[in-house]
Amino acid sequence: MSDAVVVLRGRAVIAGLAEGEALVSTETLSGWGGVDPRTGTVIETRHPLRGQSFRDKVLVFRGAKGSSGWSSMFHLCRLAGTAPRALVFNEMTTKIALGAVVMRIPAVTGLERDPLELVSTGDWVRVDGDRGLVEIRKRSPELAVPTSAFGAQDKV
Amino acid sequence: MRLRDDEKAMLDGERGAARQKAMDLLVRYANALGCEEFVDVTNVAGVPGQASLFLEQQFGHSGGYDARYSLYDLDSDGVAAIPEPAVPHACHLQGGTDPEAWPVLGHKPELAAIGRTSDQAAAEHGIRVLKTCTPYLAGFEARRGEHCAWMESSAVVYCNSVLGARTNTEGRESTSAAMLTGKIPNFGLHLDDGRVGTHLIEVDHPTESVMDFGLLGYWIGEQVQERIPVVRGLPGPVDLVRHKHFGAAAASSGGTELYHIVGQTPEAPTAEAAFAGRTPREKIRYGAAERRLSWELLNQTGRSRDVDYVMLGCPHAAFEQLSEAAQLLDGRRIHANCALWIFTSRAVKARADAAGLTQAIRDAGGQLMTDTCSAIGQAVPPGTKVVALDSAKQAHYLPAIMNIEAWFGTTRDCIDAALTGRWGGVPP
Repeated sequence: MSDAVVVLRGRAVIAGLAEGEALVSTETLSGWGGVDPRTGTVIETRHPLRGQSFRDKVLVFRGAKGSSGWSSMFHLCRLAGTAPRALVFNEMTTKIALGAVVMRIPAVTGLERDPLELVSTGDWVRVDGDRGLVEIRKRSPELAVPTSAFGAQDKV
Repeated sequence: MRLRDDEKAMLDGERGAARQKAMDLLVRYANALGCEEFVDVTNVAGVPGQASLFLEQQFGHSGGYDARYSLYDLDSDGVAAIPEPAVPHACHLQGGTDPEAWPVLGHKPELAAIGRTSDQAAAEHGIRVLKTCTPYLAGFEARRGEHCAWMESSAVVYCNSVLGARTNTEGRESTSAAMLTGKIPNFGLHLDDGRVGTHLIEVDHPTESVMDFGLLGYWIGEQVQERIPVVRGLPGPVDLVRHKHFGAAAASSGGTELYHIVGQTPEAPTAEAAFAGRTPREKIRYGAAERRLSWELLNQTGRSRDVDYVMLGCPHAAFEQLSEAAQLLDGRRIHANCALWIFTSRAVKARADAAGLTQAIRDAGGQLMTDTCSAIGQAVPPGTKVVALDSAKQAHYLPAIMNIEAWFGTTRDCIDAALTGRWGGVPP
């Protein structure tokens, strides 16, 4: 039996295709002073993801905040091999746009439904930065949400 | 994107390989933003070509300034010779260590050496090497309405809110590219519509000291995130130091890039003007309970009252703040178990040297340093477990970066802690 799959349509930010396990934060994320690029770990004191690494994950989050070192810190993550595989986010800002550019990973925003409500950490997420599509496969089928208008795509 | 002739020429390589790479990065950036045109900028503040030990490890074999600037700043896959800026005003903001006092910071000689060559290369390339997060205290300002590309969140919010110039929060890569091209995406705060207030903050509590402004800014940033607060109920002139701490705090807890204070900042002669006649999305009251909450958030890592370290100068201290610190020290020596480091710009330190303030701080057992701070330089005195701070921004970042406890209070609380080795600050 295949897991239920949801496909959401949004705006392509950075082209490319990547998939991986989701790491989800309903909060915004600081770059400089918020992550350790050596490990890709969130270090911000009051952040719900504190201590967790986004390395090789699909980072699903609200957006960027804090220091203007956001892009250069995530740029260092790319060089150190600790960057996420793809980004899905809600709020477009200059920080996140520039950070996504220099990380050179697929990114999608402006989804038709709130990914923070639909995706849980551990779900399998496929990000299509060419077409602006995000495909979500729930980790536990019983938690799966109904398939979207793309109905035919429930087998991956 | 709609590219103008000069932009096309740069993108096609007619103005050299470096400007071509810079335009390529800016086009990718504008496309990511969904922005269709550039605006001409004349004033850029960034950290062009700045060296670090990590970047030296990554790119050192490819060359110096040109390699770092091409491969990292411009996110290019090849190295080009970097020309002088295309803008009349270009400066280098803060750096990783003090060029002279680096041993005090516990930094390696290699870091100091690459810092020196990095500064020299930038200076030789026509960039004003100011080495500070407060360029506006070092003679680098912007005109009202001038389109700029600045990084450093506390400087960005000052540039927009207090100077009335226009910049988004740019990053290292976009500022370095803007220096070479004089272009930045015409997005967000460059547009009239992007500068209109969204949230009305009614201040219903006396807000006077620098700490008060830090608490208010930190709370507002938390509420509005990257949207635009219009603050009403702050009487009397708000001075530079209070703006500096307020903006830095709001930019740290949220993503505030522009605020309006009614009757104080250039685009807010009235609340109606700041909202461009529109209705605020939200009205929020700031009273005693909100102030208390902000204090608690900033002091949540504080446990032990034995303070090992007091850090002042975030954002970099103004001359008046150094003068205040010297007055509070009042010829006394700091406690044997506590260190006092104060950070400022080279420009302000030159004035402090001349006025005897540097010596007064040294006589007390403290140290005045430039270029960096504990968070940027990732440096605290050896064995530090507990720090005392008068900056909400530093209290937000430093505990996470250095894994230490922090107390936040007034400048007087901090100097008292340096003199006694004990934290005596109390909740408001």
